[in-house]
Amino acid sequence: MATEILMPALSPTMEEGTLAKWLVKEGDEVKSGDILAEIETDKATMEFEAVDEGTVGKILIDEGTEGVKVNTPIAVMVEEGERAEDIDTSASKDSAPADDTSDKDTDTAKPMSAQPAAAMPEPEPVEDPEVPEGTEMKTQTVREALRDAMAEEMRGDDTVFLMGEEVAEYQGAYKVSQGLLDEFGAKRVIDTPITEHGFTGVATGAAMGGLRPIVEFMTWNFAMQAIDQIINTAAKTRYMSGGQMSVPVVFRGANGAAARVGAQHSQDYAAWYAQIPGLHVAMPYSAADAKGLLKTAIRGDTPVVFLENELLYGQSFEVPDLDDYTVPFGKARIWQKGDDVTLVSFGIGMKYALEAAEKLAEDGISAEVIDLRTLRPMDTKTVIESVKKTNRCVTVEEGWPVSSIGGTISSVLMQQAFDYLDAPVITCTGKDVPMPYAANLEKHALVTTDEVIEAVKTVTYK
Amino acid sequence: MPAAKSPKKPNTSKEELLKYYREMLLIRRFEEKAGQLYGMGLIGGFCHLYIGQEAVVVGLEAAASEGDKRVTSYRDHGHMLACGMDPKGVMAELTGREGGYSKGKGGSMHMFSTEKHFYGGHGIVGAQVPIGAGLAFADRYLETGGVTFTYFGDGAANQGQVYETYNMAELWDLPVVFVIENNQYAMGTSVQRSTKSPSLWERGAAYGIEGEEVDGMDVLAVKAAGEKAVKHCRAGKGPYILEMKTYRYRGHSMSDPAKYRTREEVQKIREERDAIEHVRELLLQGKHAGEDELKAIDKETKDIVNAAAEFARESPEPSLDELWTEIYA
Ligand SMILES: Cc1ncc(C[n+]2csc(CCOP(=O)(O)OP(=O)(O)O)c2C)c(N)n1
Ligand SMILES: [Mg+2]
Repeated sequence: MATEILMPALSPTMEEGTLAKWLVKEGDEVKSGDILAEIETDKATMEFEAVDEGTVGKILIDEGTEGVKVNTPIAVMVEEGERAEDIDTSASKDSAPADDTSDKDTDTAKPMSAQPAAAMPEPEPVEDPEVPEGTEMKTQTVREALRDAMAEEMRGDDTVFLMGEEVAEYQGAYKVSQGLLDEFGAKRVIDTPITEHGFTGVATGAAMGGLRPIVEFMTWNFAMQAIDQIINTAAKTRYMSGGQMSVPVVFRGANGAAARVGAQHSQDYAAWYAQIPGLHVAMPYSAADAKGLLKTAIRGDTPVVFLENELLYGQSFEVPDLDDYTVPFGKARIWQKGDDVTLVSFGIGMKYALEAAEKLAEDGISAEVIDLRTLRPMDTKTVIESVKKTNRCVTVEEGWPVSSIGGTISSVLMQQAFDYLDAPVITCTGKDVPMPYAANLEKHALVTTDEVIEAVKTVTYK
Repeated sequence: MPAAKSPKKPNTSKEELLKYYREMLLIRRFEEKAGQLYGMGLIGGFCHLYIGQEAVVVGLEAAASEGDKRVTSYRDHGHMLACGMDPKGVMAELTGREGGYSKGKGGSMHMFSTEKHFYGGHGIVGAQVPIGAGLAFADRYLETGGVTFTYFGDGAANQGQVYETYNMAELWDLPVVFVIENNQYAMGTSVQRSTKSPSLWERGAAYGIEGEEVDGMDVLAVKAAGEKAVKHCRAGKGPYILEMKTYRYRGHSMSDPAKYRTREEVQKIREERDAIEHVRELLLQGKHAGEDELKAIDKETKDIVNAAAEFARESPEPSLDELWTEIYA
């Protein structure tokens, strides 16, 4: 019986990819384990293996085709005695449902990296004091911006080095450190064994010894193995030594939920680390802020917890094309001016805040959208000034509701802007449950754009 | 010491060999099917396949007795099938459905069965090692006579909590078999790039724990070593370490481009050391089974796996109420 080979999903986040190269041709016999094709995802080029034995009857998608949706038939395998011609019709017939599924997103031919950017609501441009007028911008993914920030700081200062699991030869589990081993060599781009508590301590000690380590946690979930060194040593040493010693170390990596990776791999640590005196905590949303904040973090003498997001790594933004673009800690970015409500968020929460703002605009509600960018120090001043104008506030974050960042903002507003509030602050958060694996449950566990819209309608009494 | 090999003329029976053949084949076919379902988007997130390592769990389960416990990492599908969990329930958990062992709430890395004494399925590298010792602590405390098989990888073997556990396990004579599944890679890092220890099991000596290296591609050798380890534990002599020399054929998880090793390296091990092929040859050469009988087993196995996949696709998604249940006792 002829069987279709479908475009495979090769990562938790892949929806489409490029069929880079066929390694078999029509008429070839293959057995289980043979490589059929090379497929490019947003992260890497992957070899795609045959599962069963058979003969390649027909190739349906030419090599070099971009934007091939997962589950599109790409070839047909035949068994002994069958001929490719016999299955032509069944193949084209069977491919119909796959086409149906793609009408959700009609723009199939567009390359991956361009898509998320296009899907982003276009913010009304707000002046960035860090960017001189007339500066050229270039489009970059968050992943590239982070890599450039590290590379630029490593070029400028020999004491900066990167360590972590799979950062060197593998080029980073999420490919953030791509190319760094080539440029800086194994002395400065160091693969560690899987020993988070150990290497976090080593980096902290190296920082006390005069270096500027960047530690990549494959994800922040694994930094729980190391949280003692981060908090009890890195954060507190300057204070405990009466200011004699600084610990200039940056701890960075993917934070929060990715997609379908379950309870132990889907957790937002923003509120956890934001509580710790002695740490600085950044959680950028855009590529420009990722770059500018990371450069500032590496240069500073305070230990920094730098919370990135796997789902944002592949998203593109405009980044100022400057030799040395830095963003200060403790200054929020106003993404969009508005009059009716203040939406406060940070990191991936901004996605929901901006989507909600766009939909609210259609209903005639004008939202001011503030990206905190750093949680410690936190720019509450900008939030208060905005609320003095809008008189309403909704916060958005992916983390849990108890002792959340939103909870902190709401208490600040109550204490410092009580007379300006026309409605209670609503904090939109992830649900108070461990992250479930099932697709339908996961969607509900996360904060949603609809919940943000609902909250805004509640505080604006619409 | 070189890995213990099974003798040329193994002391085994036709029934035993056929049983191993079936069990190992079930794991392999199940994993191939899981890989397919992942490619189709029916399984999401991380999915770590056990293909290549089947002899380890099948051999050790043959050395276990009713009531013994097991705990492992995220590369757990093989362990669950080998201890008798239902392929349907495992596959339905992979697709995140109501019929899964955790009702779809756990996923590939987080599955449990109290009935089969399978304590997970853990996503944090190394974290299951003290858990395994804790299970053994309970067995000793309650005097059940049970033994806990605590599985972890060569990469996990570098986590500090492993050594804290070794110390306590020996100090308190805990009946735990530490099984290091040395498949030579931790994601893209080979053992040689993560440690200069010549062997992993010998690290136990620093804590007074006995152990040995075993050819983990030879199910008979695994079973023999497992029996020895279990006997040691049940005699009240404390923990025992087995370092299984094995190999993973597929990428670390579904999204691993596997550029850190050559295809030839993988192919060579498949051709020369494959655990299932090994048993197949013993069966054929010893004239214990003919090609036809083995083909029939292949077919039965495929049917079981197809039925599991069917179940996993048909089973409904969990109801939305499930989001809020089972958080507190
Ligand atoms: C504490 C922790 N650090 C890092 C990871 C990411 N990670 C998952 S599996 C893995 C490699 C583990 O290799 P090994 O112990 O050899 O087991 P194998 O995957 O080979 O079965 C890594 C680094 C994790 N899950 N937990
Ligand atoms: Mg390994």
